[in-house]
Amino acid sequence: MRLAQYWHCFIGIQIREWLRFWQQRTRFASALVRPLLWLAVFAAGFRAVLGVSIIPPYATYITYETYIAPGLCGMIILFNSMQGALSMVYDRELGSMRVLLMSPLPRPFLLVTKLLAMGVVSIGQVYVFLFIAFFFDVEPPALGYLAVFPALLLTALMLGALGLIIATWVKQLENFAGVMNFVIFPMFFLSSALYPLWKMQDASPVLYWICQINPFTHAVEAIRFALYLQWNSVAFGVLVGVTSVLALVATAGFRPQRTRIVGVKSVS
Amino acid sequence: MSIEVDRVSFQYGRRPVLREVSFDLTPGAFHAMLGPNGAGKSTLFGLITRLLALQTGDIKLRGRSLRKQPAAAMQEIGVVFQQNALDMDLTVRQNLMYHAALHGLSRKAARQRCDEELARFELTERGNDAVRQLNGGHRRRVEIARALLHRPGLLLLDEPTVGLDVPSRQGLNAHVRRLCAEDGLTVLWATHLIEEVERQDRVLILHQGQLLADGHGDSICEAQGQPTLADTFQALTGAN
Repeated sequence: MRLAQYWHCFIGIQIREWLRFWQQRTRFASALVRPLLWLAVFAAGFRAVLGVSIIPPYATYITYETYIAPGLCGMIILFNSMQGALSMVYDRELGSMRVLLMSPLPRPFLLVTKLLAMGVVSIGQVYVFLFIAFFFDVEPPALGYLAVFPALLLTALMLGALGLIIATWVKQLENFAGVMNFVIFPMFFLSSALYPLWKMQDASPVLYWICQINPFTHAVEAIRFALYLQWNSVAFGVLVGVTSVLALVATAGFRPQRTRIVGVKSVS
Repeated sequence: MSIEVDRVSFQYGRRPVLREVSFDLTPGAFHAMLGPNGAGKSTLFGLITRLLALQTGDIKLRGRSLRKQPAAAMQEIGVVFQQNALDMDLTVRQNLMYHAALHGLSRKAARQRCDEELARFELTERGNDAVRQLNGGHRRRVEIARALLHRPGLLLLDEPTVGLDVPSRQGLNAHVRRLCAEDGLTVLWATHLIEEVERQDRVLILHQGQLLADGHGDSICEAQGQPTLADTFQALTGAN
């Protein structure tokens, strides 16, 4: 296959994802309600309880809204990626996945492109969220909006790949409620999204270490530091490493016959 | 285009679904694969389209093994799945453009092919309608047009008339036969409906994962000593 064919395929998959986004824009708008509630209600309520001292990458005391905004960006991607991965192999996207897999291009390329396309749509939502968050005094530097893009993209790819692995291989979690209870919530709450980890360390060293090895923590920190134009080599290193491994495992280990894509009674 | 299925067996867990199935298709001809529900037709299609991984045996398209050269083989296959595989919210044209892109066609080439296929399937005026607005027969035609966009040599149709009314079923069947005659397309049409098969067709009868008969309708009837294909099918499979 020539390079141009890969390019046309890549662009075609991106365009389709945006067309679907546009068709379902009300659903995507409603998906913004969740993080905005956290920002407007939860953060307001907990502001007094959780005072945040001066910690990197922030140069001064910050509001709690400012602290949790990067975590909520991660949350948008987390929900979208898991939901997207499940729909790829179980429901809404089944037909489109059959069409996708009929392409003569290599499957790992098709799957990574598809995950990236879903990720880019999620990132569009993250930017809408950040725009609204601006009115809640979350005001990162202007260039931060640009600098955060690679971190958001890597996060989307990492979580999309994780979602695909779970959806393909963990039969017990083939509905969204299961994924929410056993994947999304633990990943989100056992991370630095809602509270700085030093607070967690005070409360429980065990939980602190679980938070430390949770890749979502590093995704949130990569987003946080990039948004404020600072470099965090540990967060980025972990994010790049985990994303690469998960993308490799998700695509190399993908078996349509373990899903409903095949359309005949699937293999256990 | 030639296709050769060579001693293909497949099992789900311990349950065998296909047993040593072998046949080859005549290039440029219409083939009907007849089998009751659960005969293994969809599994066989899954294997030819690589949605299922081959366990034993091999499938060759134009002499190229699906195991060794999957990309080359996939370029030769157009497929219409049993279940609808269209994006209902997107337009007909958007669905076709997506498929063309997946096969590496540039936007310009894709637009041209879309125009050609839409005209051929008398769908030009519906090109900008959402698929959801189309009736079942039209949706199936869109799926066939899409399957042919990248100009494959083999068209696979897995029970393509499921859910259609009788006139739509007949229209679709006649349409595919015309394509086969005009374009020299090799067609494998899987069905459990005997009325979609003509006596002069090459017929493959699949039952409980085994190929029970392979030949022209007339000769199969003769060999079984039955007057009609329906009787032959019933005698072989016990199906009504």
